[in-house]
Amino acid sequence: MLETMTRQHAGASAGQPRNHGDTFDEAYFCSERVNRSAVERRIASLPGRRTVKQQWQAAWLVRAIECLDLTTLAGDDTPGTVGRLCAKARQPVRRDIQQALGLADRPLHVGAVCVYHDMIGSALAALRGSGIPVAAVSAGFPAGLNPFELRVREIEASVAAGAGEIDIVISRRLVLRGDWRTLYDEVRAFRAACGPAHLKTILATGELGTLAQVYRASMVCMLAGADVIKTSTGKESVNATLPVGLTMVRAIRHYHQRTGQVVGFKPAGGIRSARQALDWLILIKEELGTAWMHPTRFRIGASTLLGDIERQLEHYITGAYSAGHRHPLA
Amino acid sequence: MSDRISDILQTMAYGPAPESAAPAHAWLDGHQRRFGMFIDGAFTGPDPARAFVSSNPTDGSALATLTQASAAELDAAVAAARRAQPGWAACPAHQRARLLYALARRIQRHSRLFAVLETLDTGKPIRESRDIDIPLVARHFLHHAGWAQLGDAQFRDARPIGVIGQIIPWNFPLLMLAWKIAPALAAGNTVVLKPAEWTSLTALLFAEQCIAAGVPPGVINIITGDGDVGAALVRHPGIDKLAFTGSTDVGRDIRQATAGSGRQLTLELGGKSPFIVFDDADLEGAIEGVVDAIWFNQGQVCCAGSRLLLHEPIAARFLDRLRERMLALRVGDPLEKTSDIGPVVSPVQHARIDRLVCLGRDEGATVWQVPIDAPAGGCFYPPTVLSGVAPAATVAQEEIFGPVLVTMTFRTHDEAVQLANNTRYGLAASIWSEELSRALDVARRIKAGVVWINSTNLFDAASGFGGYRESGFGREGGREGMWESLAVSYGAPAALLPPAVPPAFPGGIDRTAKLFIAGRQARPDSGYSLEVCDPAGRVVAEVAAGNRKDVRNAVEAARAAAEGWAGMTAHARAQILYYLAENLDGRAAVLAERLCAGGYDGTGEVRLAVELLFSAAAWADKYDGAVHHTTARTLTLALPEPLGVLGIVCGDAAPLAGLVALLAPALALGNAVVLVPSARWPLAAIDWYALLETSDVPAGVVNIVTGAVGPLALTLAQHGDVDGLWYVGTASAALERASGINLKRTWCLAPEAPLGAGFTEHALRAASQWKNVWVPYGA
Repeated sequence: MLETMTRQHAGASAGQPRNHGDTFDEAYFCSERVNRSAVERRIASLPGRRTVKQQWQAAWLVRAIECLDLTTLAGDDTPGTVGRLCAKARQPVRRDIQQALGLADRPLHVGAVCVYHDMIGSALAALRGSGIPVAAVSAGFPAGLNPFELRVREIEASVAAGAGEIDIVISRRLVLRGDWRTLYDEVRAFRAACGPAHLKTILATGELGTLAQVYRASMVCMLAGADVIKTSTGKESVNATLPVGLTMVRAIRHYHQRTGQVVGFKPAGGIRSARQALDWLILIKEELGTAWMHPTRFRIGASTLLGDIERQLEHYITGAYSAGHRHPLA
Repeated sequence: MSDRISDILQTMAYGPAPESAAPAHAWLDGHQRRFGMFIDGAFTGPDPARAFVSSNPTDGSALATLTQASAAELDAAVAAARRAQPGWAACPAHQRARLLYALARRIQRHSRLFAVLETLDTGKPIRESRDIDIPLVARHFLHHAGWAQLGDAQFRDARPIGVIGQIIPWNFPLLMLAWKIAPALAAGNTVVLKPAEWTSLTALLFAEQCIAAGVPPGVINIITGDGDVGAALVRHPGIDKLAFTGSTDVGRDIRQATAGSGRQLTLELGGKSPFIVFDDADLEGAIEGVVDAIWFNQGQVCCAGSRLLLHEPIAARFLDRLRERMLALRVGDPLEKTSDIGPVVSPVQHARIDRLVCLGRDEGATVWQVPIDAPAGGCFYPPTVLSGVAPAATVAQEEIFGPVLVTMTFRTHDEAVQLANNTRYGLAASIWSEELSRALDVARRIKAGVVWINSTNLFDAASGFGGYRESGFGREGGREGMWESLAVSYGAPAALLPPAVPPAFPGGIDRTAKLFIAGRQARPDSGYSLEVCDPAGRVVAEVAAGNRKDVRNAVEAARAAAEGWAGMTAHARAQILYYLAENLDGRAAVLAERLCAGGYDGTGEVRLAVELLFSAAAWADKYDGAVHHTTARTLTLALPEPLGVLGIVCGDAAPLAGLVALLAPALALGNAVVLVPSARWPLAAIDWYALLETSDVPAGVVNIVTGAVGPLALTLAQHGDVDGLWYVGTASAALERASGINLKRTWCLAPEAPLGAGFTEHALRAASQWKNVWVPYGA
């Protein structure tokens, strides 16, 4: 076991701070209130208050690429399709575009590649030498209803296989029943199973009912040692929404203020346009500050977003609107 | 700042995102940057002799020269409005609706030009003019196109007032224009509007759109100029009503200037609105609320949440986070799309704000300001928080009208209400708590026309906006606002047949008529009595000669009783009114006999009085509020609330029925009353003492002071704790001037009016003021 853990991918999550959590204490979250209308007003006004244009927009889109967890979580994934995805992860925009952006010398690649356990090996092989970590979804993804022991062992297996990041799903039933202590214990166990790999906890916010529950679940996961909290599996009917994101990043800020520890944030699911990516970055900048606008603290889980960003970047360079087929497939 | 992408990736800065001012400048150039004014459907020529400059507060540059309206131009504008008014009022409702609809759509079609021009002229951030002001302008015209379409049937006994003079401020130039013009036109009035001299440009652009939309000449007239032009408009004899939005000081001047003229008046004035945060609030939401409350439009907002009241358990944490949040505010060129805060409107305002902040510091407050790096030459003022402010401090009482927040703390929710109401103003309030029962309790107890729960600065054309206390009177928006553009004609007065030869006054044991104060009969302070004569001139009785001290005592008693009376159920008040009717009916013969001796139709009056009491009792639990259709997922509750302490000065036409016609609706809605009975026949009121004592009317709810009517009425008008004054007679300059002390609502009634059919229903409107409580919801 120790042996396999040391085999962990060299580039995995380098530079990312670890969150060690804290002892379980309901005082962290029991008095916090979240008013949906107030959250929605903040979200509604942000795109009007903040915008980026021209080269600033191009730079922000490059940053969005660097924060991208390029993802494939399909039942028909094969080593071949995963290999293609990894190639795209290493060279996310056409070389000529990268050059025209003045970034020829920059090692421009996505934040991570996110796959199921069985594809870890293929991904590692395809990413060798790139510094891009492999993230594996785990712990009974996406429903989280497998036996607890198996969920822990699945994490251990993925870490052993070389995943640098583990995206687990939490037990939604524990949130819905208010069983915060058990949720804490589960996530704590997942964190232990991760060893050196970074733990990203997926809250599946579309199934938690209210924003207040999202806040509480966020805080419990952070207390239990989550390095990143993530909105969705992409499989729920409601994916990453900005109101949910605002609630989660505020929890991250509160946790940081109280413990001094840094936790990352990952919206996932339904983020398809460059405009949406910019909105998420604006939200991060306004609520958490510029330090969080970095792949060590912010990721976007998406599969089709990159295509739209490529088109926008080409538009920035040429001034003409682009087309999908002008950019290489994943 | 480097603009290489590789460098931007280090800073992750926003970078510039300017809105182009070119189309607005092109429009100004198209007019050679010189403007006359809009009278009778056409622009007058600019006059260099009377030119003044309209400048851009961002850099002090001149945008255009405008023309100070001459007396002749004002006359011409008023005359044009007068000529146009009958035709406009007579034109089919649907035609008026079409025109207002066209104006709404035209504003939408040219929305960006309006927005950019507004930002150039006022300095407000483009995102506010673009996303808030201009959409609300279009919304206002569209909403009132609807009122025009629905027409007369919605407003019983109502007709257009005639020509309305309108004076608007510089903080929301086009929006205030819309708030004034749309309802006035929908109701069939014509207008002469004067924008603020610093910010007239969008009004002139609007005038162009009026021509294009086919607004008939004279229906809308826009004159430009400074306060002197406004003062001339206020005094112009051709105006039937004045609607003013602006400072309380100027509002008070207008109250004085129009006193006794018989002109209707609505005033939308200043505020020092509380923003209350309880320990169970969504604190992050409340922080953003504060930003929207006091840094919207640089704090130059009459309903700005400028007094932050913090619950002690969360006060320190909240202020820490607020200061941190303020560092993310972007102060700069208002045409930058990422600017949150632009310049204040003029150097005059800048100096005034700074003076008040310095005064706050001198008075012991801790001053915290965001460091700003604003363009040179502009009137930029940094977002400022004054903490540790005592209620006694000037900055806690005076409206600063700038980006300056004062904060203080409270311990209990009763104390929060007490602090919130510790102001002469009463425009708005914002309450943050996740406990709905607490929030609604506070909402009901705060004296303000608009209350936002877990939100702030929400506006919609369907909701009435306006103040309590010295924040003015009248409402703008919604059904309640429409009434302000309408005059009411009461139905024919009830037929009373006085005896041709009054019978002799009934004899009996000598009676001593005292005053009725705080539920007890009290001797007058003066120790004097007045004689009451019958129509033949014979002294038949004596009544107490009340004086100003008796009025003082009566007002104190009424104030003490007001809250309890208003807090009773409408059902309970109705029962008491019915009980009064029952007891009145039981004494009908005696009362009628004495009224007859005074030359009145005793039987008729008693019968009418009983019916009026029934009518008011019937209304007590049926004068409902409304839920307005405003923003999505929001309950906007329009609640009629009593004025509070109401002075009623009765006429002589029908001493009993006239008294009941005024008193009963006032009581039905929960007002406490100080009543001065008919001068000629106060005995009708004396007979009420026993009725009030036996009908379960709580002590202090009705107080009666007999005596010389003129001085008593004047004392009531001057009293700072009387919220409204109704009086029968001709418009009194003295009373209306005196009412300016606290801008109490005055209502002058023709002698026969209270006896008119349908009077009670209209009196209920005068006896109440609308509070709109906004309750956004969602889990």
